Amino acid sequence: MPQAITVEDLNIYYGDFLAVENVNVVIEPRSVTALIGPSGCGKSTFLRTLNRMHEVIPGARAEGTVEIEGQNIYAAGVDPVNVRRRVGMVFQKPNPFPTMSIRDNVLAGVKLNNKRISKSDADALVEKSLKGANLWNEVKDRLDKPGMGLSGGQQQRLCIARTIAVRPEVVLMDEPCSALDPISTLAIEDLIHEMKEEFTIVIVTHNMQQASRVSDRTGFFNIAGTGKPGKLIEIDDTEKMFTNPANKQTEDYISGRFG
Amino acid sequence: MSTIDASNKPAARKTVASGSGRRAGDTIFSALSVGSGLIIFLALAAVAVFLSLQSREAIEGSRELTGSADAVSLLEYTGPLIFGTVFAAVLALLMAVPVAVGIALFISHYASRKLSTPLGYLIDLLAAVPSVVFGLWGGVWLVPRLEPLYLFLNKHLGFIPLFAGEPTAPMKNLASASVVLAVMILPIITAVSREVFLQTPRLQEEAALALGATRWEMIKSVVLPFGKSGVISASMLGLGRALGETMAVLMVMSPGFTYSLHIFEVGRHQSIAANIAAQSAESTGIDMSRLIFTGLVLFVITFVINAIARAIVSRGPKS
Repeated sequence: MPQAITVEDLNIYYGDFLAVENVNVVIEPRSVTALIGPSGCGKSTFLRTLNRMHEVIPGARAEGTVEIEGQNIYAAGVDPVNVRRRVGMVFQKPNPFPTMSIRDNVLAGVKLNNKRISKSDADALVEKSLKGANLWNEVKDRLDKPGMGLSGGQQQRLCIARTIAVRPEVVLMDEPCSALDPISTLAIEDLIHEMKEEFTIVIVTHNMQQASRVSDRTGFFNIAGTGKPGKLIEIDDTEKMFTNPANKQTEDYISGRFG
Repeated sequence: MSTIDASNKPAARKTVASGSGRRAGDTIFSALSVGSGLIIFLALAAVAVFLSLQSREAIEGSRELTGSADAVSLLEYTGPLIFGTVFAAVLALLMAVPVAVGIALFISHYASRKLSTPLGYLIDLLAAVPSVVFGLWGGVWLVPRLEPLYLFLNKHLGFIPLFAGEPTAPMKNLASASVVLAVMILPIITAVSREVFLQTPRLQEEAALALGATRWEMIKSVVLPFGKSGVISASMLGLGRALGETMAVLMVMSPGFTYSLHIFEVGRHQSIAANIAAQSAESTGIDMSRLIFTGLVLFVITFVINAIARAIVSRGPKS
């Protein structure tokens, strides 16, 4: 069951540098939330705190609470490994495991979480996940071929299949289409529409048209200047954000006056 | 874009203008570098020619068995030496590689930056210790301390051929030589492996972590497959060093000329390099020629090992 994500008083640091300041937001379940804003405003940084991937970078840390299913994932004693099993992530560049076949790529996360899986269960899961990523028809005859042999757009959908194969509640996407051509981008956007039936999706994008196409709600991050922390300026229904935003900065940004 | 074009144009024109007559500096420098390259090649060729020519006497006289002290054929003479050399080196490799990979992973993926940098230096420092010092340390300090372990393994695991036989003190046997060799090749294997592990694409590592992999699972599924060829080539480089190492073996192993598998028995094995060092001062004529022949064999073995290592390195990590 997808859960709402409640973020309270979240401050995100790289070492002593405060990168993102005081984020308070509720992300609705079974919806697509897009995060937009100029480069360096902290939207990807914020995204990475939602599955504790931020702290993978040496010196990086976050303070505040992020509640998923009523549990603060930054509470003492919470294992980031378990958080990441519940909150999947798709990256900017497609990153299938180069030494693995298409099939093994899809099963990679499952094999970590639950070492033993029967062959028939595995086959069913591979098919279901690849179908869920709209990739099944293209690869069903070459599941044992390397994942790196696919096109960029197919690789990204393979990464999505790999992510949803572990049945996360939330899927985070960090500019998932920025390395893809328009056709592949369309395929991923269609997929996002279908995926929100089952998952809570948060997507960072540089492309405002994309945000308006795929998301139900849109959040706008901005930064006052170099060296200043990024802030969540406004978050609202996507339609309202792109037609009648409450904040002047948002309006300037979406109308192309800066950024 | 336009500014880049503007700044490039005059430079391009200049090159074209001077293209007709090459600058003196360029000619001298290219001659110097080509010459340096040739010297390497000539030195290698000179060694190969020297070894081949000087060992001819031994090769041709091998059937005649001239009245030298130990009247054995060339094959009977060289065989146990090759066996001892390769045996000791491979044992050293088996001990060193797991430890080296462990240290390299610790430095690249576990230690904090504060710890990993000095640790890296320390490993490099180990490579700078002269082999004669390792020989002294091995022969005087290490050998007596290994004795209880040998006796234990011999007593309880003696059914394994490696540990069988009758160890006698002082334990200047193949096992001791291998341990010292392992310590000596540890730095090179560690350093190369560490470099390869550090090159693992961050995106791959994050892909594994984001799927909920623990650090060890991430290393197992991403770092090790990526670094596999690097570790193999590092091991080959280490093997090459172990094969050619002289002083430490000379000082830690009492020599013998057999094909014995019993690594705890003293006076059973000898390596080519140590044998040459021990014998060459007192050898003349066909004895000398035989030593040089063993040197040629060692040269060929290390050459092949290095060539394999280079081939694996150039194939590179799968990307």
